[in-house]
Amino acid sequence: MKAKPRAYVMVSVDANTVVIGAREVKNRLAAEIGLRGLGDEVRVVETGSFGSVSAGVVAAVMPDGIVYGHLTVGSIARLVEEHFVKGRPVREWILPGEHPLPDPETADARQLQHFGRIVLDNCGRIDPDSIDESIANDGYFALGKALTEMTPAAVIDGVKASCLRGRGGAGFPTGLKWSFCAKEVADIKYVICNADEGEPGTFKDRLIMEGDPHKVIEGMALCGYAIGATQGYIYIRGEYRLSIERMRAAIDAARRHGLLGRKILGSGFDFDIDIKIGAGAYVCGEETALIESMEGKRGLPRVKPPFPAQKGFRGKPTNVNNVETLASVPFIIHHGAEAFRAIGAAGMPGTKVYTILGHIARPGLIEVPTSVTLRDVLEDYAGGMRPGAFKMAQLGGTAGEILAPEMLDVPLNADALAKTGHTLGSGAILFMNESVGVCDFLHACIKFFAHESCGNCNPCRNGMAVLLELTARLKAGKGYPGDVELMEELVMGMKSIAFCPLGQSPAAPVLSALRYFRSEVRAGIDPDAIRPNPEHTLRTLLQLAG
Amino acid sequence: MSDTITLWIDKQPITAIKGETILEAALRNGIEIPNLCYNKKVSHTASCRLCIVNIAGRPGAIPACTTPAEEGMTITCFSPALEKVRRTTLDLALSNHNDDCISCVKDASCQLQDLAFRYNLGFKDRQFPPIWEELNKTSDFSSQVLNYDASKCIQCKRCIKACSELQGKGVLTFVNRGIRTTVGTGYAEWKDSKCDGCGECAQICPVGAITVKQFYGPRTRIRQKDIERVVRTTCPYCGVGCQLDVATRRCFSEGVGSKDLMIQVTGADVVPNYGRTCVKGRFGLDFVTRPDRLKRPMIRKEGKLVEVEWPEAISYTAHRLSEIRAKHGPAAIAGLSSARCTNEENYLFQKFIRSSIGSPHIDHCARLCHASTVAGLAITLGSGAMTNSIAELEHASVILVTGSNTTETHPVIATYIKRAVLHHKAKLIVVDPREIDLCRFATLWLRQRNGTDIAWINGMVQAIIENGWENKAFIASHTENFDATREVMKKYDAKTVEHLTGIPAAQLVKAAKLFAQAKTASIVYSMGITQHAHGTDNVKAISNLALVAGQIGRESTGVNPLRGQNNVQGACDMGALPNVFPGYQKVDDATAHDKFATAWHNKHLPEKVGMTVTEIMGAAHDGTVKALYIMGENPMISDPDITHVKASLAHLECLIVQDIFLTETAELADVVLPASSFAEKTGTYTNTERRILPLARIVDPPGDARADWEIVQSLAQALGHAWNYDDTNDILREINALVPQYAGITPERLAAGERLQWPCPSVTHPGTRFLHKDGAFSRGKGLFSAVDHIAAKEQPCAEYPFVLNTGRMLYHYHTCSMTRRTEALPRYVKDAYMEMCKADCDALGVAHGEIVRVSSRRGAINIPVKLTEIVAVGSVFIPFHFAEAAANVLTNTAIDPTAKIPELKVCAVKIEKL
Repeated sequence: MKAKPRAYVMVSVDANTVVIGAREVKNRLAAEIGLRGLGDEVRVVETGSFGSVSAGVVAAVMPDGIVYGHLTVGSIARLVEEHFVKGRPVREWILPGEHPLPDPETADARQLQHFGRIVLDNCGRIDPDSIDESIANDGYFALGKALTEMTPAAVIDGVKASCLRGRGGAGFPTGLKWSFCAKEVADIKYVICNADEGEPGTFKDRLIMEGDPHKVIEGMALCGYAIGATQGYIYIRGEYRLSIERMRAAIDAARRHGLLGRKILGSGFDFDIDIKIGAGAYVCGEETALIESMEGKRGLPRVKPPFPAQKGFRGKPTNVNNVETLASVPFIIHHGAEAFRAIGAAGMPGTKVYTILGHIARPGLIEVPTSVTLRDVLEDYAGGMRPGAFKMAQLGGTAGEILAPEMLDVPLNADALAKTGHTLGSGAILFMNESVGVCDFLHACIKFFAHESCGNCNPCRNGMAVLLELTARLKAGKGYPGDVELMEELVMGMKSIAFCPLGQSPAAPVLSALRYFRSEVRAGIDPDAIRPNPEHTLRTLLQLAG
Repeated sequence: MSDTITLWIDKQPITAIKGETILEAALRNGIEIPNLCYNKKVSHTASCRLCIVNIAGRPGAIPACTTPAEEGMTITCFSPALEKVRRTTLDLALSNHNDDCISCVKDASCQLQDLAFRYNLGFKDRQFPPIWEELNKTSDFSSQVLNYDASKCIQCKRCIKACSELQGKGVLTFVNRGIRTTVGTGYAEWKDSKCDGCGECAQICPVGAITVKQFYGPRTRIRQKDIERVVRTTCPYCGVGCQLDVATRRCFSEGVGSKDLMIQVTGADVVPNYGRTCVKGRFGLDFVTRPDRLKRPMIRKEGKLVEVEWPEAISYTAHRLSEIRAKHGPAAIAGLSSARCTNEENYLFQKFIRSSIGSPHIDHCARLCHASTVAGLAITLGSGAMTNSIAELEHASVILVTGSNTTETHPVIATYIKRAVLHHKAKLIVVDPREIDLCRFATLWLRQRNGTDIAWINGMVQAIIENGWENKAFIASHTENFDATREVMKKYDAKTVEHLTGIPAAQLVKAAKLFAQAKTASIVYSMGITQHAHGTDNVKAISNLALVAGQIGRESTGVNPLRGQNNVQGACDMGALPNVFPGYQKVDDATAHDKFATAWHNKHLPEKVGMTVTEIMGAAHDGTVKALYIMGENPMISDPDITHVKASLAHLECLIVQDIFLTETAELADVVLPASSFAEKTGTYTNTERRILPLARIVDPPGDARADWEIVQSLAQALGHAWNYDDTNDILREINALVPQYAGITPERLAAGERLQWPCPSVTHPGTRFLHKDGAFSRGKGLFSAVDHIAAKEQPCAEYPFVLNTGRMLYHYHTCSMTRRTEALPRYVKDAYMEMCKADCDALGVAHGEIVRVSSRRGAINIPVKLTEIVAVGSVFIPFHFAEAAANVLTNTAIDPTAKIPELKVCAVKIEKL
């Protein structure tokens, strides 16, 4: 029997690093270590994201807790020689302030509160391709518990009691959603994991799948058990190559271990998962468009009702949840609803995973309790603004609202935000400094929507084009008097009548921008401009719609 | 339990029918909630967002089109806030619409224009810029029959839904997304797609985006307001009997002067087609106005056909007929009536042959299509017609289609079959040697070898009995001869059948199970079953299958032979057959004979059964038939072994052809009588589901052309018979009196809008939707027939190694005398072709489009090859329509002993590379 290695080198191979050579770095590391006869002592492990996205290829040496950044294939020989042969960490490559995870033994209470991860707990700590490492870290414990000790109804009750709310953006109570599908009677039901993460700036689901795919599988199986579904699908964006690769491997491993397939863990429960790959339409993140797409049709949202819980995939009862939502479930079943509710805010307990980006020191992936404020995130996790000072943040991707400095101390959860007239969104926080003009920013948002509008309903299809024109005008300082009110009226109309959330989306950035920055937006108006009637002024602008 | 509910819209109580949406209830009550994407025929799209309403107790604006009306609902439709949002929404739609109404064919019949007017959204009143100008979206005018103007499209999706949901085609889709969304086919150009030009999309388009190309009238563009008159009539093509609304306008044209012309055709939203049509019905009626229509009678003088006046033509013809009758007896004269003509004309024509001439030899081309059905089903069930109605197919749980390429031959019936599969979860079983379009919708496609139908049908019957799936109660109380039949069936175990037919045993058994255990199962068949030397036995076998499973005598079940021509059912009903008087009353039955002798005031009616089409041709060839009077048929293309037909016609002393064009047959005639087309006369057709449908006189006939019934009456009068029918209603009244099935289908009821299905024995009878109700068969009990597999008469051999199958295709009709004289249809398919699979093409070294020589023991033609995998290896298919490469030069004249139908579906041919 081999001795336990004295050290592990965890190379973060995630969506951000794989494209800049993380695999090559990892392979070279293993080769160099082997070359020096240290293969038994030092093990090189591929793992998920550490959270940072701007530090190049990163690797952590455990148990030392040293994190190296900006590694290249060329730097490996020296690193191995210095760190592992000579025992001298290479100081200039160590990332300051970066730590894979706080050590529970030494961390203080506040740190623990902030770093107590339940979704990303294994991310960056285990090899996602190893089901054994997952199992060793409580993977599939909850599934075993549910299958042996709990009825499906008890699982739903547990999720209901936990007050878990959907993490995809809408914040609908998950247990309630499951109960809708559970009460349907059908020959087959489906669980769909929505991994068509299309919101610009949001890539948390991707990093969850890449860091701990088994948690997602376990969450889906628990949902399947609870609602009586036997088949699951993960609908993953086609661009998420690494996610697809890791999920595939994980599903295969789970099948081999009897954790998917017939009679899971010797129980009477059958459940299997297949992957469906999306073709890159933002609207397919909407659950009924996603289902249409899965059925091989053009991804257009369906008329609701019937809701997927009644008639979903192939007309059968279907439950669709976001990746993060499903990945939160094993913790709830394992530790109980109470333990979950003890984390974060009362109305929306638990943690929330965010990708943080923009003008901040440390953009990346974080998981925080739902009680933290925007300021906490900015100061404790993002390392503060860099460069410049905080002007505004957009919460929840392009379809999210803009928060001004006065909102910095509002806790980031649905209830607290709702009190101030805001929503949480999908899990991206974009910090912007004073260099960003509100009109420019709105135009960029609308450009995205105009490009992604599926074209099905009139308000969205045509409204986006008109908004594109209006924001372009304002941005150029050539708005006509009345344009701001027209824009306001239009987005409110779209919000009230557009077919699906996509068409309703511009209201969030536009109305919140007007709430905090109306005078800046109004500055885009040229008071002398006279609105031509009819207008023929779109020559250059629609090309921007793509 | 009441099926209505009450709700309140803007404080007014309205009554809704349970299951209605708010929008439907509102519209029905005259509350005009604005809408664009809604159409009652297709599923809700809810994309225009104009029909939004507020409902008490529910948040936000809710589309009325998708929300079911509920008892006691309190709805606000027209609050200022909602109207404001609507106006903004409409403004948005207009911003992406080229409202060049001034030159739009939909001007004044455009829903968007109506709404823009209602909300006073002229150019100056709009808030939003005209986006469409900058988009340069791709319009597509390449379709043979349609135009798509993308700048006018409002993306309401009605066309796409009509294409997939109503027609079951799924050709149209959205292309691109967002603001650049247009409607397209997924192909670079519309014309390259599988669009077959039915025009359903144009009919449902609320604006001027998809419009029809103009094939009618003198103008190139027609607006709704150019229409002066709309006349409802019955399509003259296939047996579906689609109701068409034909629009006319008074136009001046050179040489003709001012007269009404057809300018537009749309599908009428009534039974049997409910608005649907095919490409022929909508775009293929301009043959009516072709300049080469026959306008004056012609007599062959010194070898040439010379135009004469009517009196001369009539007296000459009567004189020739009297002469021949005097010299050779009445039996030397034969008549071929027409499945293309009306019931009244067929009735009169057979009366003319039987009574005025005194000859028993009257037949028509039903001989070549469903003679075996009429013979077979009369024996087994008692009535040789479709047992059920077309619309019932949509609700059958299993449909077995065999020997019918329904999509092409009965396009609108195919829509019902597809809708059954698409919307009602029906299981479709297709049994056909060709991979026809319906196979795409089929749960099971069984590919039998050509001509082995009895074997597979018996195989299914045997599988049903063997597994105990037969309907024992039904067999016991409603059938006879089951035991003897069961014995014969024992030979047809699935393995043996697999050997005979090539259908895998497991699939056959699966089909048998599906069929027998279905709640309701319909059999649909056509020429693939009937046109065989054992066609009658095929039909009897089919009837066994329905009987053994008890799938008959109820709604959505039955044996449903699809009749091919507009009035082939009626021509048979009217006794244009050698063995029966009108109403299938046998000529050799004394009572019937007396009945007609009395009614027609003629004691000398022929008492024996006359000759059939195929026999008449033979008799003409050997000289026993001296004169032949052909009304509206073209045997020079449609009959088997054309070389023989031509020789036979040449032997005649007198050939009289009455038609609307100088057909291949008319060219050989001694007398040519110019007839009226469907659009120029009144009368009735009986469609394939036994429904009597009236024609309307829409336009005047060209020149001196006359309705067929008028010509026949003139001839009868010239022969000294005191016929005096003023109009077709007079004739129909005589039919009412003599044909029990038609007794209640009176001119008055037709005029009142009733579209009755026979049997309708009295004026108060509602007509009969399906026959043999509850197992009460017309003949008493359903008769099982112990039929045995018989091989096709001609089998492929070393010299003639290929099996030739013949049939119809969508874009042409019969001998092309009409379809090739249209503008639209030849745009799809101009010329003859022969379908052959790649393996055979490769083996022969021929390429797609290459002309090959095809020969049988009877003749040879040259024809281009169409490479397709529709046909199996070793078999080829030629549509029989085309004179220049007539499939019937090759076909076999071997005939069915009972029905005398020729074996048009199977013969052996060889194919040579040229």
